[in-house]
Amino acid sequence: MESALGLHRFHFAFTITFHYVFAQLSMGLALLIFLLKTLGLKRAEEHYQRAARFWIRIFAITFAVGVVTGIPMEFQFGTNWARFARAAGGVIGQTLAMEGVFAFFLESTFVGLLLFGEKRLSAKAHWAVSLLLWLGTWLSAYFILATNAWMQHPVGHRVLPGGEAQLESLWALLLNPWLGWMFLHNQFGTVVTAGFLMASIGAYYLLTGRQAAYGRTFLKTGVVAGGVASLLMLIPTGDMQVRNVERHQPATLAAMEGLFETMQGAPIAILGQPDMEKLRLDNPLLVPRMLSFLTYRRWMAEVKGLDAFPRDQWPDQIPLVYYSYHIMVGLGTMFIALSLVSLFKLWRRRLFASRRWLWVIMLAAPFPFIANTAGWMTAEMGRQPWLIYGLLRTSEGSSANVSGGNALFTLIGFMGMYAVLAILFLYLSCREIDHGPEPEAAGAKADD
Amino acid sequence: METMWFCLVAFMIAMYVILDGFDLGAGATHFCAARSEAERRQVIRSIGPVWDGNEVWLLAAGGTLYFAFPGLYASSFSGFYLPLMVVLWLLILRGAAIEFRSHIDNPVWKPFWDFVFTGSSALLAIFFGAALGNVVRGAPLDASGNYFLALWTDFRPGPEAGILDWYTLLAGLTAFLALAHHGALWVALKTEAPVSERARRVASLAWFGVLGMTLILTGVTFRVQPHVPERFALNPWGYVFPALALAGLLWSTLLRHRGRDGPAFLASCAYLAGMLASVAFGLYPYVLPSSSDPNLSLTIYNTAAGAYGLRVALFWWIPGMALVVFYTALVYRRWAGKVRLEEEGY
Repeated sequence: MESALGLHRFHFAFTITFHYVFAQLSMGLALLIFLLKTLGLKRAEEHYQRAARFWIRIFAITFAVGVVTGIPMEFQFGTNWARFARAAGGVIGQTLAMEGVFAFFLESTFVGLLLFGEKRLSAKAHWAVSLLLWLGTWLSAYFILATNAWMQHPVGHRVLPGGEAQLESLWALLLNPWLGWMFLHNQFGTVVTAGFLMASIGAYYLLTGRQAAYGRTFLKTGVVAGGVASLLMLIPTGDMQVRNVERHQPATLAAMEGLFETMQGAPIAILGQPDMEKLRLDNPLLVPRMLSFLTYRRWMAEVKGLDAFPRDQWPDQIPLVYYSYHIMVGLGTMFIALSLVSLFKLWRRRLFASRRWLWVIMLAAPFPFIANTAGWMTAEMGRQPWLIYGLLRTSEGSSANVSGGNALFTLIGFMGMYAVLAILFLYLSCREIDHGPEPEAAGAKADD
Repeated sequence: METMWFCLVAFMIAMYVILDGFDLGAGATHFCAARSEAERRQVIRSIGPVWDGNEVWLLAAGGTLYFAFPGLYASSFSGFYLPLMVVLWLLILRGAAIEFRSHIDNPVWKPFWDFVFTGSSALLAIFFGAALGNVVRGAPLDASGNYFLALWTDFRPGPEAGILDWYTLLAGLTAFLALAHHGALWVALKTEAPVSERARRVASLAWFGVLGMTLILTGVTFRVQPHVPERFALNPWGYVFPALALAGLLWSTLLRHRGRDGPAFLASCAYLAGMLASVAFGLYPYVLPSSSDPNLSLTIYNTAAGAYGLRVALFWWIPGMALVVFYTALVYRRWAGKVRLEEEGY
């Protein structure tokens, strides 16, 4: 990691991972706030409006951190990855500019109205603002994922003799076969994060015996939204995403599954540690033939292992790719199990009273953040050694004119700055949670 | 087509400077205009609902620049690595200050964030001016369009220049004064007395500085970057841009003396637009001149994206931006008039 390349990689990985903690929560909450506003409007109940107002306050803090940590992302293609920016700009410049023009303006304009405009707007108009804000945040994700999808599976371009890619078809770029399932998978992931957090805070209110009415609303909304999204993460989106990987990045699939040898009737590894010296899984716990079935729907289908690919096509961090993928899948399975039990209890009207289960729900909130991060680590490290799959190697993409020392300097700067932001975020959001939604009869909170 | 996108990117940058300029200026001067906590809240509320949207113009301008001139984006963002990172940190601090100050009512918490807000706003104004100064002065590009600039060297705008030299510092100071003037006029427009009266005094003081610095900087620029006077000499119609700037500046003081805050603010917008248009006009077709060999300069032609990309983007960019302008105007109308403190947010 002392090399300039390693520092540039870690610089981007650190800043994007930190940013995405907040971005995923904003995107998921935007949908849930819209749902609460819809309930408030439909049932004409002030209760849901107040519940929405509470989450808008949490959203405001999250969104602020998401925005300020998102700005560096737009710059870093040029600052730390200039050779990549030059090679790819003719293509991904389109989607990044589209994000600015279509999504950022929408988000930032309507977040102002959502936060400050409730008294100046009618109930319906304020509801519409929450809808537009939700659309804006998800549209933003669409353009960013279109950019990423092109790096995973480049389409609709032509490469000039100098190595620069030029756009040939905007539609191909925006309708990349990689993009659709990835977008849905990613967005449902944000709903899991927000749903589990909402349920967790609801459980906390019920366990502490304060704000019980809101606790029930949050718990119910969170469990239903998080549960539905957890299921959709597996089928169809996760399943289809894996098939895309199999079709377009077979070496990545082998690394994710820890499959070193090509075989018919390949097993799936539940546990086990990749041993890069002996090229095998240590202490494996295997389900025979499952991988063949899941990938091809045939028990005896042949699945390519890492031995089918030359070494210079292997991801350079195979154990990490394998662990990230397994953590994501393991946690995803846990979310589905948790959700099914919670939904069953909700249906039998036992959810609000079972204290032990409320503890479980309360403590589950951090794990969707981990699962989403692990999923992205799988996607990004699985793509290695390519920065643009098949076109540009990561080692040929960083800024040759920015030395490792300078990259380390700014990396340390970002680490310090983000540590402060993380502390502030936790402090302020815990305060809001502790303060809770307005009591049923109170007026507006004095605030700027 | 390249020229068209050059104008569109310049338009977006100008919009950014005009819009985020007033909230930067308001931030930089708010200690002068507002004394008590309630007064400061008036200032913050005057930009509260719009500053984030204003900042998006920077991101959208950056995105549009990247898509239209990827070669320029790659060269300049890596070459200006250090100052860009400083700008990012300042933007982070400033965003945090505006968003977080209101959360806790405490005599230590709020003044701390007010201080961060003022400092980061002022430094951003200076850095943006210096950035523009760097682009005008040029950078030591090599044959593949790369360079890396130190933050400062000997403070002389020669071939060994750093980011900060006396020329770019002058540009930074000019930008600071111009945005302080601009922001003070905005505060005067949006707040009640006594804040608005103090803001008017700040504006009138800054105005003399702006006038002086504009004249000095223009003279110096003609010597530091000889391409600029050549452009104006070959195309005298370009003098409409500096004329617009000067007229805007003079009008703004006349209108301010008559107490017409709104039109005075608009005149200041015209000044900023005129100044930036003059710079763009003076540089064209360069986007980053080389400070060593003019043949190595980056132009709109050797940095632009492919013809198909530039053409197809018009089909989404124009309707997209028309929509943006439409609802930005709508939102500004929503917030029209003086700040009303009694209607609180969350």
